[in-house]
Amino acid sequence: MKEPIIAFNQFTFKYHSQTEPTLHNIDATIYQGEKVLILGPSGSGKSTLVHCLNGLVPFSYKGKIEGELLINGQNTKDLDIFTISTMVGTVLQDTDGQFIGITVGEDLAFSLENEQVPQQEMKEIVQQVAELVEVEDHMNHATHELSGGQKQRVSLGGVMVDEKVDILLFDEPLANLDPATGQYAMDLIDRVHQETDKTIVMIEHRLEDALHIEFDRVIVMDEGKIVFNGKPNDLLASDVLEQVAIREPLYLKALKYADCPLHSQMQLADLTRLELSASNKTALQQWSIVQDDATQSFSENILEVHNLQFNYAENPILQNISFSIRQGEMVSIVGKNGAGKSTLSKLICGFEQMDSGEILLHGEDISNKTIFDRASKIGFVLQNPNHMITKHFIYDEIALGLINRGYDQAEIDKRVIHALKVFGLYPFRNWPISALSYGQKKRVTIASILVLEPSILILDEPTAGQDFRHYTEMMTFLQELNANGTTIMFITHDMHLMLEYTSRSIVLADGRLIADRSAVDVLTDDQVVVKANLKRTSLFDLAQKANAQDPKAFVHQFIAYDRKVRKRWL
Amino acid sequence: MAVNILGYMERTSPIHRLSGLTKLIVFLLWSSVAMLTYDTRVLCVLFIASLVIFSLSKISVRDISFVLIIILAFLALNNVAIYLFSPSEGVSIYGTSHVIWEGIGRYNLTWEQLFYQLNITLKYFVVIPAALLFILTTHPSEFAASLNKIGISYKIGIAVSLALRYIPDIQRDFRTIAQVQQTRGIDLSKNEKLIKRLKNVASIMLPLIFSSLDRIEVISNAMELRSFGKHKKRTWYSARPLLKPDFFTLIISVVLFIVAMLVTFYDGNRFYNPF
Amino acid sequence: MKGNLSIRTIVAIGIGAAVYVILGRFLTIPTGIPNTNIETAVAFLAFMAVLFGPIAGGLIGLIGHALKDVLLWGSIWWSWVFVSLFIGLFIGLFARKIAVENGEFGTKQIVTFNVVQVIVQAIGWILLAPLLDILIYAEPASKVFTQGAVASISNIISVGVVGTILLAAYAKTRTKGNSLSKES
Ligand SMILES: Nc1ncnc2c1ncn2[C@@H]1O[C@H](COP(=O)(O)OP(=O)(O)OP(=O)(O)O)[C@@H](O)[C@H]1O
Ligand SMILES: Nc1ncnc2c1ncn2[C@@H]1O[C@H](COP(=O)(O)OP(=O)(O)OP(=O)(O)O)[C@@H](O)[C@H]1O
Ligand SMILES: [Mg+2]
Ligand SMILES: [Mg+2]
Repeated sequence: MKEPIIAFNQFTFKYHSQTEPTLHNIDATIYQGEKVLILGPSGSGKSTLVHCLNGLVPFSYKGKIEGELLINGQNTKDLDIFTISTMVGTVLQDTDGQFIGITVGEDLAFSLENEQVPQQEMKEIVQQVAELVEVEDHMNHATHELSGGQKQRVSLGGVMVDEKVDILLFDEPLANLDPATGQYAMDLIDRVHQETDKTIVMIEHRLEDALHIEFDRVIVMDEGKIVFNGKPNDLLASDVLEQVAIREPLYLKALKYADCPLHSQMQLADLTRLELSASNKTALQQWSIVQDDATQSFSENILEVHNLQFNYAENPILQNISFSIRQGEMVSIVGKNGAGKSTLSKLICGFEQMDSGEILLHGEDISNKTIFDRASKIGFVLQNPNHMITKHFIYDEIALGLINRGYDQAEIDKRVIHALKVFGLYPFRNWPISALSYGQKKRVTIASILVLEPSILILDEPTAGQDFRHYTEMMTFLQELNANGTTIMFITHDMHLMLEYTSRSIVLADGRLIADRSAVDVLTDDQVVVKANLKRTSLFDLAQKANAQDPKAFVHQFIAYDRKVRKRWL
Repeated sequence: MAVNILGYMERTSPIHRLSGLTKLIVFLLWSSVAMLTYDTRVLCVLFIASLVIFSLSKISVRDISFVLIIILAFLALNNVAIYLFSPSEGVSIYGTSHVIWEGIGRYNLTWEQLFYQLNITLKYFVVIPAALLFILTTHPSEFAASLNKIGISYKIGIAVSLALRYIPDIQRDFRTIAQVQQTRGIDLSKNEKLIKRLKNVASIMLPLIFSSLDRIEVISNAMELRSFGKHKKRTWYSARPLLKPDFFTLIISVVLFIVAMLVTFYDGNRFYNPF
Repeated sequence: MKGNLSIRTIVAIGIGAAVYVILGRFLTIPTGIPNTNIETAVAFLAFMAVLFGPIAGGLIGLIGHALKDVLLWGSIWWSWVFVSLFIGLFIGLFARKIAVENGEFGTKQIVTFNVVQVIVQAIGWILLAPLLDILIYAEPASKVFTQGAVASISNIISVGVVGTILLAAYAKTRTKGNSLSKES
């Protein structure tokens, strides 16, 4: 066994402004060269744990530490942040904030510059790293011109340039990446691990996507405590995930629905190596006999977009996009990073002016309606919460829209309190928003729009960085809204959401609409999947593994069944 | 909205090829001459020189037409203002008075006044191109290194390059925030009472500023994690070494600087007096 | 002395300058009086000076104003840039003792802040700016002093109103130690 590189002994941490510790008596040891995945609900202290490792706690975030944390056998108490940063490299949760260089090359070089590496040598190292993370063609691009995926690669490269670093920390590297890019990022990290044998510690909510590579160990946190610490297979076979409400991979869910007994010898963590006994297969086949999926019938179109065209300063972003949304539908807009999804919704809400085409709301052209006019009908939750938050206290933020629309205090209170509860923010209602975790912030912005009860709701990646419990609560709430007639459009990179909740998917790739079909059709059509950087659903693969006669029917069946099950516990 | 903010313009020209350090020094020398001197002859030389450099830099008038218009408008206004405020400034400077035309009251039009205002205009025409050329022909990522090389702390250098790095992002944030506020019925374009306007401005400024304060935290953390400020010095990825043309340019401009200073001050007076 | 600037101060200078540019470009409120606007940028400068101290204030003024001039007009108005430096520096120097960090911004602090800003800006705009204009551009005294007077009024108003609002809002967000706990 390799020697320990990170060791938490009875480690407790309390933020200065908190009354309760955020981390309680953490006891864990991570060994040289391990790949460790950290799971846990939003607010459970994952980022805080990472900050303890890279020295931001206590050097940047003040607080009280008890117990000890050893890195390479040295107690972090006796180290300054520079020493720590030569051992630990971090890719922070929000990528935009961590670019310092004006160009990609410069940003990659940043830590080398600080270490006074001579320019010539520096250029060579940067070139090597750039090739490793595959951004060598963008060296002179400004960092703010990059797509989500490229940003991830650059920030990875930025910590890679320093050879001495032997621990790499990733805080939700997949948030905001499209599935294919996400897989790519994971492969990249895996390759880096193989080539350099660095120790990898990663936080990620998207378990199924994270499991795309093989982790040596998974640590599950809840309320600042470690509730599981062991092999992925053991975790998946256990019921820990359900207890702390972390979403399990879809294929696992399917196995459970078909009452296949799970045990850790089945290679549950890796679908390609998953061992299905004959009995499992028959069970799955039996279960997948299609019961007809109750197809909803819709009334008239509420929103129509006709060959819409849009350019940012000469270069085309969206080209002849046409689609229509029917009253009461729940539709997902999916596609590559940089495909134009956010831009499309900004056009619908009037944030941007399209170059040609028309947008009809209830059959009337709204092309020359103001943002405000449209906003009373169309609610829009932006991708980045910090762009929406204008107040300092959660309550005020959520109430703002209601106040500006002149509701009376009683009504405002009623709606805000309800929203606070639905979004699990009630305990924090009097906190400054600055003290919330990213996931918590995101929920605040969604709540602030939902209280207005618009007739169409557009959510730009609502579930990014959300844990499964809040995800489910939020989606359930949205389904209720939807059931009461609100039309809902999701922009999402979450194939689960798309599959489980939306009847129809509009697929964008490189500024064009390449598919407008049922989610199942899209996610089982390899051509579309590849073109739009999506990921074929694991259910399909499972079905094939179980040699079910019609894999696609299997997926349909799963969705139908899953809806029923969820209905039951609504 | 991203348009009409000036910035680096990619061209292949001798000016672009010069190191940022050279351009910074020339820029500073040039600005100081332009500020110190009032000697018509020096100003003329500099003016012609600036025209030449501009043509060398392959920056077309079209690229910068919008600033040119603003500047010209400003100069016109400024001249009028000067004349209205003190029509006999020239007379008091040059000590003589050749009246061209008898105006009402003190508003006589004198050659001295004309010459004086010509000088002022000329002076602005000389001050302006320096900065303009510098910003248009120097890649921002060279700023920091150059500042550091002329002896300014690298931390200040980084501050400047951070500013340049984040202007586009903050502009984008500003735009998005403004739009989000409009969904809430807060619109700056509307013509409203001052108080209301103030309220609206505040509701856009606050998120912009607070998200910027958050940025400061995140960026400081990121820099800390990448061992910024560890040593007294640091090296620069995008610094460009001085080549022959650089030294050549530097020598010429230093010489010109000295000459200009001599010509200006040899008679102990910044003004060249033809009268 | 610039050697020992903290990373946070440096970043504050950079981001501060960037915000100054954007505010200067997009967020000026016409008062109705010809060519006197409420410059939100100046208010922001004062705000940052109070938060991050004299060096940050001065440098945000210098870098921000210079960048704004050069990025918007392609030419730097050194005399006024210098005044921004002066204002940032001295507001930072004298108003730093208003410790907004720990969330206090009552009448006392408001008064201190405004007394400081009025004095500093009066000196800056009514004296410094015109003198420099005369020195550098040999503009007629009567003209530049009038300009300075007008500028001082509008800027004092800007900082007095907007700056105070900003500080008050900021003070509200400061959480005191051991103050956050989940309520049910
Ligand atoms: N700077 C801070 N000051 C005070 N409290 C904080 C601070 N940062 C985080 N917290 C609190 O610590 C708790 C854990 O936050 P943390 O960011 O570690 O959660 P997380 O597990 O990373 O959540 P997410 O998955 O949403 O990122 C949260 O309840 C949050 O309110
Ligand atoms: N303000 C802007 N200026 C210039 N280009 C922009 C701007 N905003 C977006 N773009 C470009 O428009 C394209 C579409 O951006 P958009 O944000 O709509 O993509 P997206 O589908 O939302 O991507 P993601 O899934 O990563 O959010 C991208 O290439 C992006 O670089
Ligand atoms: Mg986190
Ligand atoms: Mg987007």
